[in-house]
Amino acid sequence: MAYPKDYKYTKEHEWIQVNGNTGTVGITDHAQEALGDIVFVELPKVGAKVEAGKSFGTVESVKAVSELYAPASGKVIAVNETLNQSPENVNKDAHGAWMIKIELSNPGETAGLLSADDYAKFVAEEK
Amino acid sequence: MSSTTESQILRKTPLNGLHRRLGAKMVDFGGWDMPVEYPATGGLMKEHLAVRTGVGVFDVSHMGDILMRGPQALDAVQWISMNDASKLQEGQAHYSALLYPEGTFVDDLIVHKLGQNDYLLVINAGTREKDYGWVRKNVTRSRGPADDVGDYYTQLAIQGPKAEATLQKLTPVDLSQIKNYWFKHGTVCGLPNTLIARTGYTAEDGFEIYVPSDVATSERVWNEVMEAGKEFGILPCGLGARNTLRLEGRMALYGHEISDSINVWEAGLDRYCKMEKSDFIGRAALEKARTEGLKRKLVGLEAVDRGIPRDGYKVVDQAGSDIGYVTSGSYAPFLKKNIALAYMPPAHSELDHEVFVEIRGQKVKCKVVPTPFYKRPKKVV
Repeated sequence: MAYPKDYKYTKEHEWIQVNGNTGTVGITDHAQEALGDIVFVELPKVGAKVEAGKSFGTVESVKAVSELYAPASGKVIAVNETLNQSPENVNKDAHGAWMIKIELSNPGETAGLLSADDYAKFVAEEK
Repeated sequence: MSSTTESQILRKTPLNGLHRRLGAKMVDFGGWDMPVEYPATGGLMKEHLAVRTGVGVFDVSHMGDILMRGPQALDAVQWISMNDASKLQEGQAHYSALLYPEGTFVDDLIVHKLGQNDYLLVINAGTREKDYGWVRKNVTRSRGPADDVGDYYTQLAIQGPKAEATLQKLTPVDLSQIKNYWFKHGTVCGLPNTLIARTGYTAEDGFEIYVPSDVATSERVWNEVMEAGKEFGILPCGLGARNTLRLEGRMALYGHEISDSINVWEAGLDRYCKMEKSDFIGRAALEKARTEGLKRKLVGLEAVDRGIPRDGYKVVDQAGSDIGYVTSGSYAPFLKKNIALAYMPPAHSELDHEVFVEIRGQKVKCKVVPTPFYKRPKKVV
């Protein structure tokens, strides 16, 4: 699975696509594969504050619960409600099934995240 | 008993190499390196559905087997297990349990009456050594030998409405003549005298077969089962699906619904505990517990609000006071609901009673529902 070049990645397996002041966040294909069948996604409400490196929700497979960690700080301006009904979309298309959009409080913050190539290497080493 | 180094070495079934070649996700299950799911063929959810609607095959060779033989074998089985083995006919099996004197569980098991003086006890993987030690300790020499024969068998569970049609291709034994919880010996995949039992842990129709445990034979039988089930969409199934299947069917899992601190009445296993038979370990304590009444019992819960109740989560009332805990909880792939089994006081156990499961600090509304959550459709003969 190719990791989109215009996304940035965390070592906790989230991705963020930055567009001006807005960051769109999801989990990586590697993460969905490791989790297995995703059956539940719990996301914050619009208006909630998220902080880089801190949990902003959970994703659950049949077997396990995993925390979602924010790649960047800011205010939640949109939540992908379709995941309430169809959490399996994350399995089908992890890099398309975004979870939240954040109004970034510090866009420079994402500079420290992994590039697609570095993330792919990181995943390969983890295996 | 075992040193740290020993306990770190995972035990493997003869099919371990095959599971790895199939790309299974492996986990440590009670000291065994076992497949939890097979992502390459679709993963847990598909495996669960295959068993409900078609057929699936599980490697359950990690289960233990104890053979009890001799003229005193029945006495011994009666003394160490709670069901009435004197009612078993040759070729019949039943669910039972080994109890501590307190009336709590050493383990649950299936007792097979192989012959007049010959019983096979199939026990859980994680408790194999403990169970065997318990049996040896409580069955004195005069009651005859008890042998741990777990390593001699590769045990495959072929489960689902198409299990019979699948296995029938591999044996001349007329499987339609084997009733639920009965077994026969016959040739399977060319292996004579193979034990074929109509048992399982999926709340579905199915068979468990016991074949020689060498790798070559084990893999050959597995592959022949897969080939025979191909037309029914057979899938290899892991412990993940095994757990969600048994949960939908309200079947107990040791360390969850039953343990050394839970008694038979609490677990709701009354109908497998025969107080009127000859004395058995745990009987006196159960007699006493029965007069004292139940302080808690196992009930089924279904989440009303969004959220998945999971093992160990607290159950609270409206006011937020602790009233119980979840023993097993999961998304139920066939029922498409979030369900759980929980120990609760009888006062909170009536159907439709509203309770809350605490999930990461949130109170998630659940209601008490009848169990089993899933019951397989009656077969139209």
